[in-house]
Amino acid sequence: MSTADPASPRRSWLARLWNFIVELWDVLRRPSSVFGLGVLVFAGFVAGIIFWGGFNTALEITNTEKFCTGCHEMKDNVFAELKTTVHFSNPSGVRASCPDCHVPHNWTDKIARKMQASKEVWGHLFGTINTREKFQDHRLELALHEWARLKANDSLECRNCHSAESMDITKQSPRASVAHQRFLFTGEKTCIDCHKGIAHQLPDMKGVPGWQ
Amino acid sequence: MIRKSSVLVLLIALAAGSGSLLAQSLNSGLRGPTPLNEEGPAPPMTPMRNTSEKEVRNYPEQPPVIPHSIEGYQIDINGNKCMSCHARARTGESQAPMVSITHFMDRDGQFLASVSPRRYFCTSCHVPQNVVKAPITNDFVDIDTLIGRTAPGGQR
Repeated sequence: MSTADPASPRRSWLARLWNFIVELWDVLRRPSSVFGLGVLVFAGFVAGIIFWGGFNTALEITNTEKFCTGCHEMKDNVFAELKTTVHFSNPSGVRASCPDCHVPHNWTDKIARKMQASKEVWGHLFGTINTREKFQDHRLELALHEWARLKANDSLECRNCHSAESMDITKQSPRASVAHQRFLFTGEKTCIDCHKGIAHQLPDMKGVPGWQ
Repeated sequence: MIRKSSVLVLLIALAAGSGSLLAQSLNSGLRGPTPLNEEGPAPPMTPMRNTSEKEVRNYPEQPPVIPHSIEGYQIDINGNKCMSCHARARTGESQAPMVSITHFMDRDGQFLASVSPRRYFCTSCHVPQNVVKAPITNDFVDIDTLIGRTAPGGQR
């Protein structure tokens, strides 16, 4: 009732938040006087499973074809183009979907790539490629990023399925057999050097090595 | 009276004619025995020939056929996959035959530095081959065979 009361709720929310943090810290730094050590360890264990499992499950959800094609930028451009290629439908019925080629399978690299992908969320929110024309304008830049990434890791995502060791060159066409023996087996070139544009349409290839 | 009977005869003739036409099963090499007013089953798709062995041309002016698969090869404003191997500068690495020098000429016969724009779309003339049994026969003989039919020692 009095305006001069020092404990009145007129104090700013910032100060109250600070008070709460200080009190919470006081509780956290004191040993528990209620729960046994076993209870705390067990609770920590269960919470660990839930949080870590939840994190990985969420990560896996972002690693599916359904999630990737959730944005129209992906669905109408690159995914539509993938549909005509051998990596989408083929005699053996094995499909390489988006993350098989574009997300490293190794955990640390995967997290690094996922953090880089936050730029793509930015691009989606601000409509960087929200029309076909804008996408075409950016196609070269986007393709150059992927080519550089695959070149740097020696086409690791290709090799997750296709390995030089398990390649039966006698079953390949003479042309492929000769080229693989000359360039792949000797390590002179990596997959992406020759196999550009196998899953999506190519950007303007002027000046790209090996193209006219 | 005469007119009436002639009309009747004509009608009977027409009916008989159409009946025999419908009853007749057309057997064309390309269509098969499917009646004309029905759509037959699509023939199975066949694989592309993929041997990379040069095929003999049937006449000197024939654009050479492509002896390998070109599935997924992009030829558009952005790039030409064929030229990755068949361009002059790429043949060393690819060991593929270079595009003919005639392809560097514009329509006035002037040679350009690279392939003429009018020759850019390879598959306008050069086509891959599918492994199929020809549905109709063809008695084409090339000119050498034709000349060779003259008696030995005859004029060339």
